[in-house]
Amino acid sequence: MAHNAELGRRGEQLAVDHLVGRGMEVLDRNWRCRLGEIDIVALDGRDTVFVEVKTRTTHDYGHPFESITPVKLARLRRLAVAWCEATDAAVSRIRIDAVAVLAPTEAPALIEHLEGIS
Amino acid sequence: MPVARTRSVALLGLAGSIVEVEADLSSQLPGFVIIGLPDAALGEARERVRSAATNAGCPLPQRKLTINLSPAALPKHGSGFDLAIALACLAASGDLSVESIDRVVHLGELGLDGRLRPIDGILPAVLAAARAGYDTVMVPEANAAEAALVPGVQVIGVASLLEAAIRHGGRFEERPVDPVPAIVRSDAGPVAVGDLADVAGNHEAVDALLTAAAGGHHLFLLGPPGAGKTMLASRLPGILPDLDADAALEVASIRSLSGLPLDGGLSSRPPFEAPHHTASAAAMVGGGSRVIRPGAVVRASHGVLFLDEAPEFPASVLDVLRQPLESGSIAIHRANAVASFPARFQLVIAANPCPCGNAGVKDSTCTCTPVMRRRYLARISGPLLDRIDLQIPVPRITAAALRMAGEQPGLSSVEARRRVVEARAVAGERLRGTPWRTNAEMPGPWLRGAGRLHPGGRATAALDYSLERGGITMRGYDRVLKTAWTLADLDGATAPDAGHVGRALLFRKGITA
Repeated sequence: MAHNAELGRRGEQLAVDHLVGRGMEVLDRNWRCRLGEIDIVALDGRDTVFVEVKTRTTHDYGHPFESITPVKLARLRRLAVAWCEATDAAVSRIRIDAVAVLAPTEAPALIEHLEGIS
Repeated sequence: MPVARTRSVALLGLAGSIVEVEADLSSQLPGFVIIGLPDAALGEARERVRSAATNAGCPLPQRKLTINLSPAALPKHGSGFDLAIALACLAASGDLSVESIDRVVHLGELGLDGRLRPIDGILPAVLAAARAGYDTVMVPEANAAEAALVPGVQVIGVASLLEAAIRHGGRFEERPVDPVPAIVRSDAGPVAVGDLADVAGNHEAVDALLTAAAGGHHLFLLGPPGAGKTMLASRLPGILPDLDADAALEVASIRSLSGLPLDGGLSSRPPFEAPHHTASAAAMVGGGSRVIRPGAVVRASHGVLFLDEAPEFPASVLDVLRQPLESGSIAIHRANAVASFPARFQLVIAANPCPCGNAGVKDSTCTCTPVMRRRYLARISGPLLDRIDLQIPVPRITAAALRMAGEQPGLSSVEARRRVVEARAVAGERLRGTPWRTNAEMPGPWLRGAGRLHPGGRATAALDYSLERGGITMRGYDRVLKTAWTLADLDGATAPDAGHVGRALLFRKGITA
């Protein structure tokens, strides 16, 4: 497995641990459709939360959040709608979150979580 | 603390207003928004501030930062808000003390390396802050000396954003940097002022120059090329008295706003401006679409504006002088703002008698036709000429006069200035309790009415006769009276006598007579 994909998978696992630790229930992971992929779908109280995870080992190429552009955010919103239609789940409110994982090879990971970014 | 605020200053002309710089940090994707009518240079602070903070060693949080510049409706321009914006952002993220930055006015531009760069107009900005009741300002190291010219303000000069942050309680590791030096611009000002004693002969013109300096009268020198008109005019600032503290501060503020150096702090010497005759109306009064900059008339405030070869100036440029000559200030109107500048200057204009320059000169022939001659001088419009009290012919010096001048040294600038200061003191005493300080400023009706400064009787007999004959206008009558008072002050007389009035009349009518 390529280095980046492995890093991404490790980051997503760290993000899931973080979300579960905050009392959220993970509904789906790496859900794919024609439009793209949603990293994590979770339930936070009454909110259905779609989470984009960005993982980096260093800040050399900027902060992970900086790579979430308005275009990506728009795609994430379309994906959220697609997920709701596809799974037929009883969704009352939706929310889009971003989780940044800074995972250096030699040190414990640092996780930042932004709620309701769109 | 997600919201922090600090202060900066927006300049409009010489007048500054305090601007509150608010920073709000919200849990959103990283972003940087500046609102509150910024211009292009200020909008670019978005890019400068984040890079500067990172490179200085005190990075901004990777969240959405919203900067509001309030009052939001006031147009703001330039890069002087960078420091305030960066510190408000750092305080909003909890890196600095919010209380510490709140009552301090911050001015300065940031470089991408995090060092602070000097800005223009520090002096008027700090002055505005002091007038608004702020007692501490933080400025770039290179501007600190200039800011310190304002009395009663504590000035903190800092070299970099990091140093500023540490001073406000930021826990960062110190990184000493070399401060950015001040931008050294060549002062395009006119040549150094020479001594009045250099002027050979021409006693009448020297006398007129002394009178102009003592009474604050405008002066018109008419003579052939090489007669020494430019030489005389450039000696005028040297014999004017020193500026008082307020005037010196205003002159320095205008220099600061124009980006000219203030070597050695406040200068108490009056400024001297000599724009070339190709100057446009905007160069003369000032202008610009966003940043309204002062022109030559404003830079000559409290000093001398010298227009050499006056008929060569476009008539429209000469006529823009009429309003500042009358009101002592100039208001420049643009679509988005009106800037008002002081423009109380002493006007000296010089002209040749005709295009070839030889009219009325002995032993040379003028090649101009009478119509050409008339048209040439008519370019200086009547309304402008009417405001000039002293109109003096300056003849070329003859060989005999030059020999005599060699034996008998002329009046030195030091001696002339002493006489001017004495005469001004007498006039100042007489004008105590009025808004005027020099004889030239006295309005005519006040002079003849409430001021009771009309000597009357035999003293003004020649003048009254001239008025009756239609030789001078009523405005001209008042102006002759004012000049007569100045001549009396210079002679130490208590009131002008017939001799003073006669000389004043000659000064007024010297060219047409």
